[in-house]
Amino acid sequence: MKEEWKWGSDNDYWVRTCAWSAPGCHPVSCGLYLHVVDNKLVGVEGDPEHPVSQGRLCVRCLTLPEYLNHPQRITHPLVRVGERGENKWAPIEWEEAFDMVAQKATEIQAKYGMDTVAVIQGTGREAALYAPPTGFAVFRSATNLMGLSGQACYGPRCAVAEFVFGTGYPELDFAAYYPDRYDHPGYEIPKYVISWGKMPLTSNPDGFFGHSLIDLMKRGTKIICVDPRITWLGAHADIVLQLRPGTDAALALAMLDVIISEDLYDHEFVENWCYGFEQFAERCHEYPPSRASEITWVPEELIIEAARKFATSKPSSILWGLTFDAISTGGQAGHAVLAMLAICGYVDVPGGVTVGQPSTFLGKWRVDTRSNLQPGQFENRLGAKQFPAFAAAQWVCQPDVVLESIENDDPQIIRMLYLQSSNIISASNNVQPQRWYKALQKMEFTVVTDLFMTPSAVALGDLFLPIATFPEHDGVALPHFGRNPHFIGAMNKAIDNPGVHSDIEMCINIGKRTNPEAWDYKDAADFFDKQIRASYDFGFDDLRRMGVYQAEYNYRKYASGLLRGDGKPGFNTPSGRVELFSLMYTMWGEDPLPYYDEPHYSPVRNPDLAEEYPLILTTGGRKYTSFHSEHRMIATLREIDPWAKITIHPADAEKYGIQDGDWVTIENWLGKCQMKCWVTPSILEGVVHCEHGWWYPEQEGAEPNLYGVWKSNINMLLPHFCTNKLGFGSIHKCMMCKIYKAQGLDG
Amino acid sequence: MSKKALLINYEYCTGCHSCEIACRNELGLGLGEWGIKLEQIGPFQIDERTWNFDYAPILTTLCNFCEDRVAAGKKPACVHHCLAFCMEYGTIEELAKKAEEAEGKTYIITK
Repeated sequence: MKEEWKWGSDNDYWVRTCAWSAPGCHPVSCGLYLHVVDNKLVGVEGDPEHPVSQGRLCVRCLTLPEYLNHPQRITHPLVRVGERGENKWAPIEWEEAFDMVAQKATEIQAKYGMDTVAVIQGTGREAALYAPPTGFAVFRSATNLMGLSGQACYGPRCAVAEFVFGTGYPELDFAAYYPDRYDHPGYEIPKYVISWGKMPLTSNPDGFFGHSLIDLMKRGTKIICVDPRITWLGAHADIVLQLRPGTDAALALAMLDVIISEDLYDHEFVENWCYGFEQFAERCHEYPPSRASEITWVPEELIIEAARKFATSKPSSILWGLTFDAISTGGQAGHAVLAMLAICGYVDVPGGVTVGQPSTFLGKWRVDTRSNLQPGQFENRLGAKQFPAFAAAQWVCQPDVVLESIENDDPQIIRMLYLQSSNIISASNNVQPQRWYKALQKMEFTVVTDLFMTPSAVALGDLFLPIATFPEHDGVALPHFGRNPHFIGAMNKAIDNPGVHSDIEMCINIGKRTNPEAWDYKDAADFFDKQIRASYDFGFDDLRRMGVYQAEYNYRKYASGLLRGDGKPGFNTPSGRVELFSLMYTMWGEDPLPYYDEPHYSPVRNPDLAEEYPLILTTGGRKYTSFHSEHRMIATLREIDPWAKITIHPADAEKYGIQDGDWVTIENWLGKCQMKCWVTPSILEGVVHCEHGWWYPEQEGAEPNLYGVWKSNINMLLPHFCTNKLGFGSIHKCMMCKIYKAQGLDG
Repeated sequence: MSKKALLINYEYCTGCHSCEIACRNELGLGLGEWGIKLEQIGPFQIDERTWNFDYAPILTTLCNFCEDRVAAGKKPACVHHCLAFCMEYGTIEELAKKAEEAEGKTYIITK
């Protein structure tokens, strides 16, 4: 990339940057040029030199000027002046706001204890990196969490990868480590990629640039899709395994049964690098394709064909998605899928999956911030005792435990909330938003950090701190949050907006008041310079000139000793091998081998409930025009996707007297909401898919309407605490419901 | 002078809408105005294993093939930003040759 990162005149110039938050995105860190005139963003252009995005931009970056300059954007700290829910606010100065946060936290912590100040973070914004240090080092509290049941996004997959592989996040090798990408010597194009419970094109998940899959398809990669719907990718796939939602573990075990029974696996890798193969094989044989076909509804011959093609076409790979986090046996499905990659010999090889190095940029600092806690705080954080496996893999509190703790007025109950980039009562990842809404009313003081007034801010907030967008601050874009970062990218401030601050700027400012030793940084650029220099032999200004820095990637690290702290060959697990049989699971009282169990609620487990609620409800499918609950106020994007959408099979539509485009009520014993329907044969009969994250910023914000947050809120229908034994997993992908025709959005 | 056109390899058009919005930005268009617009065909089933689910961008009267960008040596905004890289700009003759060599479904569109 060229060295110049800013060009033009004083009041009309371009700045090169990497995109990451706000607006939210799982940090793919695409490259773009920002056009600024008179300190205002007037245009964007994809950076053709960026090694991964190569000039391409999605509609969320293409509408960035509309987002930044939106009339409803909050660009001044606000303090509540009416009652909570009245949506009445008065502006205050930043110094006063920072003082207020520090003073409230100090008062409440002196009265009730350090851990009674909680940080609840959203996803996909920079809060995903900086929320734990905000808790540990700003407030010296161990109470950090995401308000989502079973930590049902990314965390469970990371935990399974740590338990089974002892590595960071295993990602499809899409040649992103190399400036010359797919032409890099030694790189191989995967023959098959299984896209499993994932929408990689629309979601650009966690650092994987989704349309890399199209690059690969053009170069010969064939796709196997595992999805209850025929998505665009499915229609262009070699095979679609259209499974009953929630049965992924049974499908994976059956594919493994085929691979092992037909002797299609990599004997060398299994003998040298895997642990517990014999017991594992026995378990897989309990799930022959005939049995799995009954459970999953996938034809037996397709399971066999997919397994054979995957195992015998070397190299092949798997993109594993959110489904593994959002079903109760997702951990088991994840274990099985990682085992499938391992026994086929696709781990850390060109065209298989890459695995992150054990230590990564910012990782050490984030761990070190825990030293601001007193002994016992971290070990005793909410949920750590009940779920030691969860606590071993995650820094956060177990969210279901936290909700119950507030509801039950436990002595450890949180009293002050720092709600960092989370619209917790909208239908994003959290379940039971109405319970969180009620519970969080108990807070004595709540700070909300966001860009627009949200239903959560109106309902819960006492102080609103407006966040900077990425063109308004310096930073570092970090794909995969550092768990498998194929590069780090410079995020360059292009616009001076004194009305807003980035997360790290807020940390530095509040931290200087509450815990100054931990926040000895002049500003964000100084912070990132110090962080970069701790890992590399260059600084932040050098990174600005580089644009992105791609570290050299080493394959087969297990053979060269690069995966373990002690430098010995092998994997960083108790056995030193890929644990097909998990020694740690045994310790935690979980079955050491993967298994399938029915979802908490399903027509098979609950035939009585199925009489009233016959349909399987699956949620969370993505679209290009929004990131979870963001972007609903962006008119250009709402023109493309104006309303929440339910997808229904024509046979079901006929059965319930519904026509394409009708408003539909979706209901079960926990709640109901309305969406507009799309009738299509591309979804399995008996299954409906409902979009998440919907609220209506154009409507009244004050109570009781709260921008219409309860009208299309599908998460009201999802129960709390449908986790596995380890405290991971949820029911977003496989609940029960009924549907009937509605008159409109209001029912 | 040969007529300008776009070659669309719609085997790979994923319906991401980037062409529509990049175009709108370039031409300064408002809501409801399009220089290029996606059409969706399907999804419908052809046989047990085959589905048709395509998107196809169509040029409107407002498209000027990004004269200013092209004069400055850049690609048209839609081509530049297309997430699937499934669009090419050129003369009909050049693109016809490429269409013959391309794998999968293509069309050339001009105005």
